[in-house]
Amino acid sequence: MRRTRRPRSLAARLTWLIVMGLFTLFFCVPVAWLLLATTKTDSQIVRDNPFSFGSLGKVADAWHHLYAFQDGAILTWLQNSALYTFGALAITLVTSVPAGYALALTQFIGRRMLLTITMLVMLMPTAAMVLPLYLGMNAVHLDGTIWSVILPFSFFPFGVYLTYIYFSSNVPSDLLSAARIDGCSEWQVFRLIAMPLAKPVIALVGFFNFVGNWNNFFLPFVMLPDSSQYPAQVGLNNLLAASPLFNTSSGTGNQIMRPELALATLVTIVPVLIVFLFSQRALVAGMLAGATKE
Amino acid sequence: MTTHPATERSGRRGGRSARNPVGRAGYAFVSGYVLLLLAFGVLPTGYAVWLALSNSRNQLVGIGNFTRTFADYRFGPAFLHIGLYLVVWLASLMILVVLLSLMLHGRMRRTSTSLRFLFYLPGALAGVASVLLFLILLDPAASPVGWLLKSFGWDSLAQVNAPGHLPALFTVIAFWTGAGGWIVVMYGALNSIPDEILEAARIDGASTLQIALRIQIPMITKWIAYMLILAFAAGTQLFVEPQLVSLASWGMIPDSWSPNQLSYQYAFQAGDFNGAAALSVDLLILGLACAVLVVFRTGLFDRDTG
Repeated sequence: MRRTRRPRSLAARLTWLIVMGLFTLFFCVPVAWLLLATTKTDSQIVRDNPFSFGSLGKVADAWHHLYAFQDGAILTWLQNSALYTFGALAITLVTSVPAGYALALTQFIGRRMLLTITMLVMLMPTAAMVLPLYLGMNAVHLDGTIWSVILPFSFFPFGVYLTYIYFSSNVPSDLLSAARIDGCSEWQVFRLIAMPLAKPVIALVGFFNFVGNWNNFFLPFVMLPDSSQYPAQVGLNNLLAASPLFNTSSGTGNQIMRPELALATLVTIVPVLIVFLFSQRALVAGMLAGATKE
Repeated sequence: MTTHPATERSGRRGGRSARNPVGRAGYAFVSGYVLLLLAFGVLPTGYAVWLALSNSRNQLVGIGNFTRTFADYRFGPAFLHIGLYLVVWLASLMILVVLLSLMLHGRMRRTSTSLRFLFYLPGALAGVASVLLFLILLDPAASPVGWLLKSFGWDSLAQVNAPGHLPALFTVIAFWTGAGGWIVVMYGALNSIPDEILEAARIDGASTLQIALRIQIPMITKWIAYMLILAFAAGTQLFVEPQLVSLASWGMIPDSWSPNQLSYQYAFQAGDFNGAAALSVDLLILGLACAVLVVFRTGLFDRDTG
């Protein structure tokens, strides 16, 4: 499989090493620094070597300070994030996988139009839709409820497009015809034949939807009025606004300094990090499946 | 809506006529998605257009909201900021991602796999987390690269976050979180080029540079176009980055730095939903225009000919 490599000059090798070394530093140093910052006090962060390790006890201290902020608001925010993200994920999978399947492998009036609209909507900048969505939600009195976040999150045309591509290039419709001749209903064909074949793309849709929803800021920021409803991303914004580090007037009553902010950031991204670590292989395989076209 | 299934099947795709004629099941399978599409795609867009063209008493006012927001003293700067940012961000993203993908491709496989993963990992910190991280990280008082910042003559966070630096600063943040994912995509695309083609070119005496310029880059153009569209759309939409930086800038950065922020100000500070909608429509048109242009120029969605 591997192409034969030509011997390369020393200069080319050296350039490769230097460029890659610099970019590796660029991508890794902030993460390493973030991890280390939680092990130190704020004054240690300023005084000590940036890459020194403090102590694990300091992590506990930072957690106590963080937890004290609005009586454990950080946990509420994480719970909210989980609720919104998984709620939307469930609806996305239930709606987008069958839709992609039908667009690719069945025939109905309006199919092409639906496909065109899906592609168009997929290209539409989502943030510009946030205010119109808010106004719509406001008109039907759903703004401020969890549905004002979950339902827009679960509308995921990119997922429909991905499953559509996958089904139309990886599942021959002869296979489905054979199952029909054997007496399967349409629902059985989908559930017993198409769904098991689509596992990689279902994982891919789930991944993108999960990460996108978890990291979304603008929509919940606009929709939700109350801190007890915020997801973690909007909560982080509150922490920043309340930190004496950046805001001398309002931030006197708490101890949200650099270690606490760093810890809050880490705690917030842990779920995404876990998903990243487990899905990297599936992700590359899935992207390759999308990348090769005959 | 009017295309009859039978004519469409026989007319358009001769080679793929084996699609199954099961109309009713098709509707059932797409019904959930169509509901969401109408409720959260089509209707809000229509509503935004209607609001942009009407006033608070529901009277049609034509392009009045557009000219009014255009005349706002904050309109020009907001779009100028975004324009500057887009130039810096798109240029560096395109060049560096393609370069890094090419450099990673065709080198020690195991090293390149781990490097790709390391580059990709910051993507987990997208959004507020990355801005927060960089806000703390770029405070010269506490920064691990304090020496570098000070060598530019910046001794405080306020100097690092000076208004003129923001396009570059947001580029660094966006590149840090987003480039790795695109490198994974480009690498996958490069992998799909058959080895025989590259081998043949090598035997004919092509240099690495020539192979990259004449074979590899032209063969992944569609993916580069796809990256350009999404990066452009995301770039015009900046909200969280300027919002947080403005929050931590002691009033130096206006809270209407980007068009989306300005739109937010219209809606929630001034209660002017019609003006806010006009700005949203501006952004939608901008994003769609770019997307359509690139799609047509590159044939991105031509699956039958691709």
